[in-house]
Amino acid sequence: MKFSEEFEARFAEMVPHYPTKRSALVPTLLYAQDEVGFLSDEVIAELAGRLDLTELEVRNVISYYSMLTTKPRGKFNLQVCTNISCLVRGGEEILQHCAKKLGVGHKGTTPDGLFTLEEVECIGACSWAPAAQVNYDFHENLTTEKMDRVLDKCLAQAQEQLQRIKSVDSLADTLSQRSEG
Amino acid sequence: MADVTLTVDGKKVTAPAGTLLIEACKTVGIEVPSFCYYPNLSLQGACRMCLVKIEKMPKLQTACTTVISEGMIVTSDSEEIKQARKSMLEMLLGNHPLDCPVCDAGGECELQDMTFSYGAAESKFMEAKNHKDEQQWSPVVFFDRPRCILCYRCVRVCGEGMDVWALGVQNRGVSSIIAPNKEDHLECEECGMCIDICPVGALTSGAYRYKTRPWEMKHVGTICTHCGDGCKTTLGVRRADTGMEIVRGDNRDKSGTNGDFLCIKGRYAFDFANHEERLTQPLIRKEGKLTPATWEEAFQLIGKKFAEVRDRDGGSAIGVIGSTRTTNEESYLLSKFARMVLKTNNVDHHRTADFPAFAAALRGKADATASMADVFTAPAILLIGNDPTEQHPLLAWQIRNNVRLHRSRLYVINSQAIKLRRQATNFMQIPAGAEGKVAAFLAGDDAAADAIINSSSTKDQWNSLRDTLRGEQNLVIAFGSEILGSDLSSLVTFGSAIAGAKFVCLADYANSRGAADMGLYPDLLPGYHPISGSSEFHTEWGEIPQAAGLDLSGMVEAASTNKLKALYVVGSNPIGRLKIDSFAFSNSFVVVQDMFLTETAVVADVALPAANAYEKSGTFTNTCGDLQLVKKAGEVTGTKADFEMIVRIADAMGFDVRKLVPIGGGTHADMGQSRGAQSGEADRHAVWLEAHGLEPKLSPFDPMAILDEIQRLVPGYDVSRMNLLAGNSQHTSLAKAGPGVAHRPESISPANDTLFSSGTLGHYSRALKSVMESHEVKPAEVAAD
Amino acid sequence: MASLVSHPDEVKVVTRRFGLGATNIDRYLELDGYKAVQKALGMDADAIINEVKNSGLRGRGGAGFSTGMKWSFVPKQSAKPKYVLCNGDESEPGTCKDRLIFEHDPHAVIEGVMIGGLAVGARSGYIYIRGEYRYLSIIMQKAIRDAYAKGFLGKNIFGSGRDFDIYWHGGAGAYEVGEESALMESLEGKRGIPRIRPPFPAVVGLWGGPTVINNAETLASVPHIMLGGAEWYAKIGPPKNGGTRLFCLSGNVAKPGVYELPMGYSLKKMIYEVGGGIPNGRSLKAVVPGGSSTPCLTADEIDINMDFDSVAKAGSMLGSGGVVVLDDQQCIVKFALRTMKFYQHESCGWCIPCREGTDWLKKTLIRFHSGGGVKKDIDNMQYLSENMLGRTFCPLGDAAAMPTIAFVKKFRKEFEDHLDGRPCPYEKAGVAEEMEALSH
Repeated sequence: MKFSEEFEARFAEMVPHYPTKRSALVPTLLYAQDEVGFLSDEVIAELAGRLDLTELEVRNVISYYSMLTTKPRGKFNLQVCTNISCLVRGGEEILQHCAKKLGVGHKGTTPDGLFTLEEVECIGACSWAPAAQVNYDFHENLTTEKMDRVLDKCLAQAQEQLQRIKSVDSLADTLSQRSEG
Repeated sequence: MADVTLTVDGKKVTAPAGTLLIEACKTVGIEVPSFCYYPNLSLQGACRMCLVKIEKMPKLQTACTTVISEGMIVTSDSEEIKQARKSMLEMLLGNHPLDCPVCDAGGECELQDMTFSYGAAESKFMEAKNHKDEQQWSPVVFFDRPRCILCYRCVRVCGEGMDVWALGVQNRGVSSIIAPNKEDHLECEECGMCIDICPVGALTSGAYRYKTRPWEMKHVGTICTHCGDGCKTTLGVRRADTGMEIVRGDNRDKSGTNGDFLCIKGRYAFDFANHEERLTQPLIRKEGKLTPATWEEAFQLIGKKFAEVRDRDGGSAIGVIGSTRTTNEESYLLSKFARMVLKTNNVDHHRTADFPAFAAALRGKADATASMADVFTAPAILLIGNDPTEQHPLLAWQIRNNVRLHRSRLYVINSQAIKLRRQATNFMQIPAGAEGKVAAFLAGDDAAADAIINSSSTKDQWNSLRDTLRGEQNLVIAFGSEILGSDLSSLVTFGSAIAGAKFVCLADYANSRGAADMGLYPDLLPGYHPISGSSEFHTEWGEIPQAAGLDLSGMVEAASTNKLKALYVVGSNPIGRLKIDSFAFSNSFVVVQDMFLTETAVVADVALPAANAYEKSGTFTNTCGDLQLVKKAGEVTGTKADFEMIVRIADAMGFDVRKLVPIGGGTHADMGQSRGAQSGEADRHAVWLEAHGLEPKLSPFDPMAILDEIQRLVPGYDVSRMNLLAGNSQHTSLAKAGPGVAHRPESISPANDTLFSSGTLGHYSRALKSVMESHEVKPAEVAAD
Repeated sequence: MASLVSHPDEVKVVTRRFGLGATNIDRYLELDGYKAVQKALGMDADAIINEVKNSGLRGRGGAGFSTGMKWSFVPKQSAKPKYVLCNGDESEPGTCKDRLIFEHDPHAVIEGVMIGGLAVGARSGYIYIRGEYRYLSIIMQKAIRDAYAKGFLGKNIFGSGRDFDIYWHGGAGAYEVGEESALMESLEGKRGIPRIRPPFPAVVGLWGGPTVINNAETLASVPHIMLGGAEWYAKIGPPKNGGTRLFCLSGNVAKPGVYELPMGYSLKKMIYEVGGGIPNGRSLKAVVPGGSSTPCLTADEIDINMDFDSVAKAGSMLGSGGVVVLDDQQCIVKFALRTMKFYQHESCGWCIPCREGTDWLKKTLIRFHSGGGVKKDIDNMQYLSENMLGRTFCPLGDAAAMPTIAFVKKFRKEFEDHLDGRPCPYEKAGVAEEMEALSH
């Protein structure tokens, strides 16, 4: 299967860092997931082949790490921490607020495929609690209002992208009409 | 290693340095409980049941991971330890479904036993148990996930023991789960070791689940009737309308040479015995159709016909084909019956290895054959040809685990990239059919090198391998049926120059070695004595035909020219297995003893319903030459053992069966003449019995009477009867065997069975068939860690 | 990204370069960067180890073992390569200090790894950063690249004729991987299951080679010790508790943040002066002094000094420096439940007491907190925790058991207040159920 050039360059650089091939597995899985969205059967077979592992061994590893998933997730993975430091500063309210707003529960994905909500364990933002991560970005000292703004920004970003795709499509349409004409 | 002395519960314990505390405790009868610890598998420290107190250590320590040290003071039983064990069990039982009344393992469950010994009567758990549905992983493996206690024995035995690595651990925490290699199913060798090793009822057998309760079965440890390795299998039997039904095969009796091991056949493929197509009454061809008849009718007819042919056309008009799955006693009796009663040397069986050449090559060489146990301990092993993973699963297990546990050096020479290459120190791939040339090269014929070198090896590599092998000591040399006749003798010449070298000649089927040792050959008597020579058999059996008889192909040819008037087939299916024309014997009177209407039985004039090896007693000799006791487990009403049928036919022919089967107190009656002793001499058999503290046997159907004679007359079989009866394997020797003879290479045709096929038996095994169907795709080889 | 705070009582050692742009290697060099490793290159290995030993530096990951001692356990001769490992899998709830170190001073970690390598005779090191800290991985990877570009890493470092390599490695979400042998498994591309010990990592570690593994803060402290001297460092804190500590003040305090205070700093002052006290006119109920694994202290027990030995004497642990403050509105049962939920989620599942004990306790606490508790649950929670303690395969079981025992023992009354179908006195009706339905 095909990964991006960036992935390949990173993979090629990483493997020789270790005396055993499989050592590169965990970070490689995360990078592959970032690219594909989840760890599909195809990704698993490909990485197993590259690192001289069985698919079973790769699955054993994937299922151990909480960030790795074999199921598709939304474009924005909203990870709300409710662990102790966040708990005492309203982390659960943030989670409940997101759940109501998005209409999904823990590990649920919105029907438009934009958001996946996840209650997560401590993300290392205790002194800036409550906190959440959207994909890899930290959002700290959250209030429900601040959370709304974060979600709105995500929406706007998604819409902008959609617009861009549409305009490319309509440009393509125009071009094809012209060439036909 | 030097010994270390420590104190456990006030007792002095001395054990070699490096011993694990849990094992050291065992030696003085102190049982330290554990789930995850399993001898010869990697250490886990996971179940925390083996916690003990070691002086100067603040916390309790796991006895399974602690190596003993000098002066260590250990307490294995205190209130603190009892409480630790009790609480482990309480926690384990929290999520464990307490469905013991319907669990297959109920009654033989380690968790039940531990709870009984160390657990609490009170249940503190008030929460909902985690539940996951049961899964079927293969036709023979089921996994009831909530029952699993995560001891990881299955994962380890599959990976470390079997080199299959089909099981893994997925998820983490309380969601941790054992997972098969193909997400929802297994693609593996289906050995079922995972089921046997499971301490609870998490892994259950498709062949046994929900059939019965363990205490309703009688457990009989006997020898597997499939390949030539001679694993001990424990058959669970219970009463059924048709006799005694075998409901389970497993490895609970770990006293065999196979230790923990059993393959799919030994574990599940007993089911041929219960197949509904079993013959349960004699059939006589009447008006062209096989028609049910009485035993009496059948024996009378056979006796009359055989006597008629013998008296009219001579014994040489009768052919006898023996079996590779009958007992030694039956093969011996058949060989004797053919010579003494039928007066024919037209005796043969389905040969899968060149044992006569093997015996000839080893003649006079003491301790030159390796037992199955030797294969596990030898410091080095050379394997030429064969694919033991498929054809000799126990041998493969012994080799693998010898390499893993004792760092034995394995040298593999094969035309295929067989799986055992993964354990090999040195793997040399050769052109197909060049195995004989390898033997020649090793024996010093440098010119033979050209035939064995290919793109993957150089002459230097071969020279260096030969030098390395010459430098080994106590090397075990195992070879497949690719090596025959003079090549075999070259190989023995090479090996004999290596100090302590021992050989294994690999043959297919459960008692091929026995059939050969018992003389099911046209030109050889038991013990590889040529028919045309002189031997104790010539003396004791009295007048026997002196000219070599016809082998199987000779019999086929004789039948085609109408010279073979009668054919007696005992437990063999030459038409089905050896591609013999089904019309070949249409002009002969054919008698077949078998379990089923095989391709051979359907052309018979009389077909007699035979018991199989799980339904009778006697002995088997495995391919290594290990003699083992076969015990009767199952029974199908309406069948008879081949032994009894041979005796009954002899009787029907008017032969004095006491000359065939040494029974009764001969000394009073005829001074041994009935057994061929010369007039006036003492009864040699009775003298032998006396000397060995054995009683004369009383029934003409008692195979032990023939075992007496085998032990007395067949060279190398004079092993300890006591050990044999105790269920131990006893290695026989070929050192004093007869000179053997050279046979045509074409007379040997390997069975080419795989892990999932087993000749005619496999044909009638649903377990094997269902696995074959589920394995439409051959299992891909997997990487070892 | 995370905001910085300061207080006059702080002694800036590890945080010295925070906010000064030290991620830039040139800026780092201006701020005495890579001087310590050059000094170390001129010393023999034993001298480096002795310097660290004498400094009183103790592991900042939580266990508080003498760093110099740990280094001295690595055999001098080894057939297999030796390694230095930086544990940057920071995930102990309440702890967010390594994050700041990686963000503001990545080269200090690199330098610390190099000095560790010189001390034990390793030629390569790995810096393991938890997967959630992606932006820090990017910072660290750049820092490593820059150090190679300057010739500080790779062949013939600083023209010394010696070679040293450092590689970054990333996790993917697992608290257990913070346990040193589990981290090695993870780095080897496996599930993060701890290893049987002995053998200890110092003898048989990464890929079977002798390995020294230290927390990021520990390693980032080392260059300062090399430059400032053991004596200076040791004197910052009380005896046997050398130097400073990054305290992550969180929870119900007015000024939460990461403060670098001398070892032995008063907990009371930390809460009321440095942290600005409990806001909204509320009072203090409890403090978790060193991350979620450490037994809580009640409001009466905070008059202690924050060094390893003093906190241990008070029946808790200094742990990872995560000080979580709870005001009087916090429900201890809920807090205990959230703590247990974490350990249940993060247990690797390898051994029975941890796997089953955390699950059982979590289930009981959920039921208990939502009003379904009975009196014997309280004793049973204590019973289960006490039977996990000291009997699990790795310290995670203890980490789950210890705080639970403290919650039950110190706040038994509050547990009893939840009995017999009463709603949680601290929570609006139905909220607990809602959370139960929502959470993992």
